[in-house]
Amino acid sequence: MRLFADLYDRIDQTTSTNAKVQAIADYIAAAPPDDAAWAVFFLTGRRMRRLVPSADLSAVLADLSSLPGWIISECYSAVGDFAETIALVLGATGVLAPTPDDTPLHVWVEDRVESLRGLDPIDRRRLLTTWLTQCDARQTFLLVKLLTGELRVGVSSTLVTRALAQSAGIDADLVAHRLMGEWRPSAEFLARVLSPQTTEEDVARPYPFYLATPIDPTPEHLSDDAHVASILGDAADYLVEWKWDGIRAQLIRRGRTTAIWSRGEELLTDRFPEVIEAAARLPAGTVLDGEILAYKAGHPLAFGKLQKRIGRQNITARALAEAPVVFMAYDVLEHAGVDVRPQPLVERRRLLSTLVGGLNSSRLLISPLVEGTSWPQFARQRRASRERRVEGLMLKRLDSPYGVGRERGAWWKWKIDPYSIDAVLVYAQPGHGRRASLLTDYTFAVRDGDQLVPIAKAYSGLTLDEINKLDGWIRQNTLERFGPVRVVKPEHVFELHFEAMAPSTRHRSGIAFRFPRIARWRSDKLPADADTLADVRRLMASTGHTLEPTMFDDLDDQPAPSRDVPADPSGLNPRPGSTPRTDDDPPQATS
Amino acid sequence: MPEALLQPDPAGIYCRAGSFHIDPWLAVHTAVLTHAHADHARLGSGVYYCAAPSEPLLRIRLGPGAVLKPIPYGEQFTLGDTRVSFHPAGHILGSAQVRVEAGPTGASEIWVASGDYKRDPDPTCAPFEVVPCDVFITEATFALPIYRWDPPQATASQMLDWWDQCAAQDKACVVFGYSLGKIQRVIAELLRAERARGREPRPMYLHGAAAALTEAYRSLGVELPPTQLMPDKTRRGIFGGSMTFAPPAAAGSLWMRRFGSDDKYQTAFASGWMTVRGVRRRGGYDRGFTLSDHADWPSLLQTIHQTRASRVLVTHGNIDSFVRYLRETGINAEPLRTAYGAEED
Ligand SMILES: [Zn+2]
Ligand SMILES: [Zn+2]
Repeated sequence: MRLFADLYDRIDQTTSTNAKVQAIADYIAAAPPDDAAWAVFFLTGRRMRRLVPSADLSAVLADLSSLPGWIISECYSAVGDFAETIALVLGATGVLAPTPDDTPLHVWVEDRVESLRGLDPIDRRRLLTTWLTQCDARQTFLLVKLLTGELRVGVSSTLVTRALAQSAGIDADLVAHRLMGEWRPSAEFLARVLSPQTTEEDVARPYPFYLATPIDPTPEHLSDDAHVASILGDAADYLVEWKWDGIRAQLIRRGRTTAIWSRGEELLTDRFPEVIEAAARLPAGTVLDGEILAYKAGHPLAFGKLQKRIGRQNITARALAEAPVVFMAYDVLEHAGVDVRPQPLVERRRLLSTLVGGLNSSRLLISPLVEGTSWPQFARQRRASRERRVEGLMLKRLDSPYGVGRERGAWWKWKIDPYSIDAVLVYAQPGHGRRASLLTDYTFAVRDGDQLVPIAKAYSGLTLDEINKLDGWIRQNTLERFGPVRVVKPEHVFELHFEAMAPSTRHRSGIAFRFPRIARWRSDKLPADADTLADVRRLMASTGHTLEPTMFDDLDDQPAPSRDVPADPSGLNPRPGSTPRTDDDPPQATS
Repeated sequence: MPEALLQPDPAGIYCRAGSFHIDPWLAVHTAVLTHAHADHARLGSGVYYCAAPSEPLLRIRLGPGAVLKPIPYGEQFTLGDTRVSFHPAGHILGSAQVRVEAGPTGASEIWVASGDYKRDPDPTCAPFEVVPCDVFITEATFALPIYRWDPPQATASQMLDWWDQCAAQDKACVVFGYSLGKIQRVIAELLRAERARGREPRPMYLHGAAAALTEAYRSLGVELPPTQLMPDKTRRGIFGGSMTFAPPAAAGSLWMRRFGSDDKYQTAFASGWMTVRGVRRRGGYDRGFTLSDHADWPSLLQTIHQTRASRVLVTHGNIDSFVRYLRETGINAEPLRTAYGAEED
């Protein structure tokens, strides 16, 4: 694992993207292909299932270090990362090997870690003890990350794709395509990814999704339409659709099989039998891009319904009736087995009408065009988005090919303004991962009489400077501590934004928010200026979303993890926690 | 119970029998200093006893008017009813443990206030000397079992690798470290590391805050590589391939502008705190080099054991949990509340 540890360090020690790409390319060239395949697996954010409970590792740590539990807890508080704590404590107490063994990464993952499966705790701990005493600090760190399913490396998939393309001397698009979906890391797999020849395999996979660029909020001195006109130019060059609040997905019909891939690269085929059935009538060699929506009587249902349905173990008749889904198609990527992405959008739309329009299906729909010829007209329609349960508008250049990733300029999303409230910071606790040493998980409250009622948690939205400043302030102004949670002086007011709200029985305030985030630090406001619970209730009533309670109880803390999706028997749970989301750049980005 | 030989009072660690304070934080008539760091050597006292090699450093710190009484290591002198001597602490140049002995020879009581100390080799100062005693006052800056220092030459070698990499890309290296002790130690270690590679050291730049102190080290015969004072006015972005040393306060200041845009230089911090990845990232440094002038966890335990003290007083840093840990392992330990520990490492 030494080479992989070196790679981890090189990536960790630079902020330059070119240096990261170079580090990955160097590693691919130097490492045995079996190892490199696993490295690609981890670098692209895939994770193994957790095989060892933390309790086991804590027990082994206490045993090997002969230290009392309380001082290990103090170490953890100082370090903020479990794996790093173990590596440092074992290092400081002289347990680690001075000359570590250099078992290859793939042997660690495929043989050693795998051999833990089904062992009883005593044997498991015995094995862990042996391993940890054979490692040095860097390897211990990585091993614990592996065992706890938390090995993440700070690079984006785009960089990994670039590095692989650079190593193989092939197109980054092709690499991105080959890395989509589920795969088992092996030397053969890596060879396929790096192969200069296009193979059958390549076409059995989804295409990389093309993502729209958000239109920045309208500045105060401009009207919405003038703002958009200033960025996009003539409205006549654009095709306008609704921005759906569902799960972005590709529907792939090849040969006699149909598959649904989410943008989160999860295979969702078995979740939506009604769509699969309808798609059987599509000609072979068809790939559509669109949105999965819970949809009834000509209208989308709230996102929570869809979320709930994906989480179900079994799709019962009741679930099918309660939250029937449709595939709202808006693009064609492949027709008659030919990649049509280079064709202009207007051509692809024409194909879409022929392919899907002809089916007359109630499950396979075409995303309708929003009528209008000018930005003022579209701006007016956009304002009615909430009533339609859509998130705003998509603006796509008529002449645009279907791009890759976040290429700017051809596709834009013009979302409706989020809801906004002013709330008071009341609790704080340490963040995760990179932010473990900082207090970055905040809880906010609104006023209710002379009380403050906690209403939402938010993690993101502040600049690093603000985070540091707030961290210092919190440490100076902690009134009480409950475990990691600090109760702070109610003094600072923040403007929170969120996408939707609904009644909730699980929250003391009775309200749950979707994607709450910090819009800005309102240092101009005092707690007495913050919103009241009554204000927030009024806002909720005004949205018309007086829906049944618990609708998105799962949603307000984090996008709900896909914890109920049955475990992948291969043990390679691709990206757990990355529940397919509708939005291209979820505002909830943590750490 | 008879009064303790050394005990905290509002001004510092007080010795009534000898009528002096060790490292007082208020002005007193007689001060006995462990070393020249700002949290230990403060202005205003009448007389300062100090270990001989720390005199030039204290002169810079305390000014021309301060009355300094330098005493060679190991030489006993009398203060009131006590016999006092300085013994190397290995922390920085001239740093000393203060040994205080009272009572009749043969039946005397011996206390050692160790100030700040470390056990790792350091080419810029005398190595720590184990002084057997009845009561040992220890620091606790890094008293958690996550701190264990790599051999300093291994760290210096990593720094050289980093310098070479930056030089290959025509980038400047800026290393932040405490301007008394840390910077001189780092450049001395780099000198040895360069020689171990069969090379002569490249010239290094010093921030003004470290210049006079570095000269004082040289005047005491410490071998350091050639350095150049960073001029006040320079053209921007002309430092590709060089290495510069500056106090942490310079990070993020206007002074940094001379190095040009972000892609023209890299920064590093040399400190024991760099052990923890999150701390390094939070500081925003490109690299963190774990190099400390304080004792790591194994050294603290080893030292306490070697002094054979029957009582241990803990001060300076992570006091409470270290006391708890020592007590749980059967050592008679108590906290000693002081105002030390506010220095960088
Ligand atoms: Zn010091
Ligand atoms: Zn100190």
